[in-house]
Amino acid sequence: MSNQTESILAQAKNKRNLKRQNTVQVFGYILVWLCGIIAVAVVFWIIGYVLSQGLGVINLEFLTTKPAGGVSGEGGMSTTIVTTLYLVILTIVIATPLGVGAAIYLVEYAGDASRESKLVAFLVKAARTGVEILAGVPSIIFGLFGFALFVSYLKLGFSLLSASLSGAALILPTIIRTSEEALHTVPRSYREGSLSLGATKWHTVFNVVLPSAIPGIVTGIVLSVGRIIAETAIFWVTLGGSYYLPKTIMNSGRSMALHVYMLASETRAFDKAMGTASILIIIIILLNLSINILSRSLTARMIGNE
Amino acid sequence: MDIDANCEKFQVENLSVYYDDFRALNNITLPIKCNQITSIIGPSGCGKSTFLRAFNRMNDLIPHVSSEGRIIKDTQDICDIDIVALRKSVGMIFQRPNPFPKSIFENVAFGPKAHGVKAMVELEDIVEKSLRLSALWDEVKDRLDKSALSLSGGQQQRLCIARALAVNPDVLLMDEPASALDPIASLKIEDLMQDLKSQVTIIIVTHNMQQAARASDFTAFFNMDEDRAGYLVEHGETARIFTFPGEKLTENYISGRFG
Repeated sequence: MSNQTESILAQAKNKRNLKRQNTVQVFGYILVWLCGIIAVAVVFWIIGYVLSQGLGVINLEFLTTKPAGGVSGEGGMSTTIVTTLYLVILTIVIATPLGVGAAIYLVEYAGDASRESKLVAFLVKAARTGVEILAGVPSIIFGLFGFALFVSYLKLGFSLLSASLSGAALILPTIIRTSEEALHTVPRSYREGSLSLGATKWHTVFNVVLPSAIPGIVTGIVLSVGRIIAETAIFWVTLGGSYYLPKTIMNSGRSMALHVYMLASETRAFDKAMGTASILIIIIILLNLSINILSRSLTARMIGNE
Repeated sequence: MDIDANCEKFQVENLSVYYDDFRALNNITLPIKCNQITSIIGPSGCGKSTFLRAFNRMNDLIPHVSSEGRIIKDTQDICDIDIVALRKSVGMIFQRPNPFPKSIFENVAFGPKAHGVKAMVELEDIVEKSLRLSALWDEVKDRLDKSALSLSGGQQQRLCIARALAVNPDVLLMDEPASALDPIASLKIEDLMQDLKSQVTIIIVTHNMQQAARASDFTAFFNMDEDRAGYLVEHGETARIFTFPGEKLTENYISGRFG
């Protein structure tokens, strides 16, 4: 074969290879695109279905009247909105100091302490593993734990307090982990800058490290708020299900998610369950939007280009 | 300016620093003169920064670091000085400007606040004084409440100097303070060092030979031995080191033949 034919053949082979690579590219692109579309479509389908079934019953009266109970699911959902708000506030108030405090210990202090004592090192490792495992435990297990400890043993009964304590246990791993990550992202140079001025470690942690980690910590807290709003099983066994508005933290109550469950399983008012679910979804969407806006504005304020 | 030529701010005696078993600094003995600028030069990895961080015991923050020998500040072993008091009197400027993500005012007021100054009038006074000292006042006086991160690199570094000066140190340690800056900002830092000399003793680590030659009164040249441990080759007045180096090694280094 002459050199010329060889080079023509080689060129043709190159072209074929190129063409095949292009086909693979296009095929791959379509595949990934389809996956994305399907994922988004399913989400929109679910949201759309719930809204289409539920929006019909939503009006000012539905939002502002109390549920009246009974198998026909009379009344609106007013008390469940307020109860959910109480539940969220109480749970976050309990869980945030504990979770952020634990994260500060794990990130800022545990290292030094572990080097000094084998026992502390073991306990720290156990705590870290515990957090990892707890993050994956189903919420009903936390519910049963809360029922056994708070509701029965400590005789707190079905109450906002029992529910908030159990809820706090449920979201603690999330808050600890997001706070730990946020603290880890604070540059070492901030810590060194502060320590080199003669500031104590405590002063450094609370005045430099923690403020810089706030955007990340807030994200964790808002995610946890979403979790508390959405969880059902854990509150079924700790909050009870009374549709009256709780007057003290020792009263039973009914969150929105619980209301959806009870309407759907114990009454014929499926439309009202969907209506409540619609409100729930709208709140979750707003919450997620607020995370974005909040963390962006917090970060911007820190960097200083408001 | 009357300066006692024999006054020694620090006396480093047989200092060795270890990272676990690795010896980073080997048996350094070096006097540091009061109100003078001493530059530490030497090739990368010869332990210049480790040496600098020994003066305010920043090495204590790194796990597994141990040291032998001692550093006397004025008349006291720095290990006998309370760590808060030591770091208050021995300020540090880092390689990369590291202002806190707070306002310019809050950055400078941070140190005094940490040491218990609460009165706003007093804080404002300290902030203005420190910013004037670091030659930044005129540039930032109208925007003290703006984020420190909105400043340019050179301004940020001068802000860090103001922040360090705000707690009234008598020593400033500078770890390649101009290496992340452009030449003009870098010159400004050098000018500033000259202005500050009357108030503080300055020790500066630098990679830049001209900077050491221009800006410092004394120079110490470090190198590393076969075990990669840093040792002091020679030290003396900068003019002497750069014109009549006592060692062949020094001559080779300052003329750019290695390092």
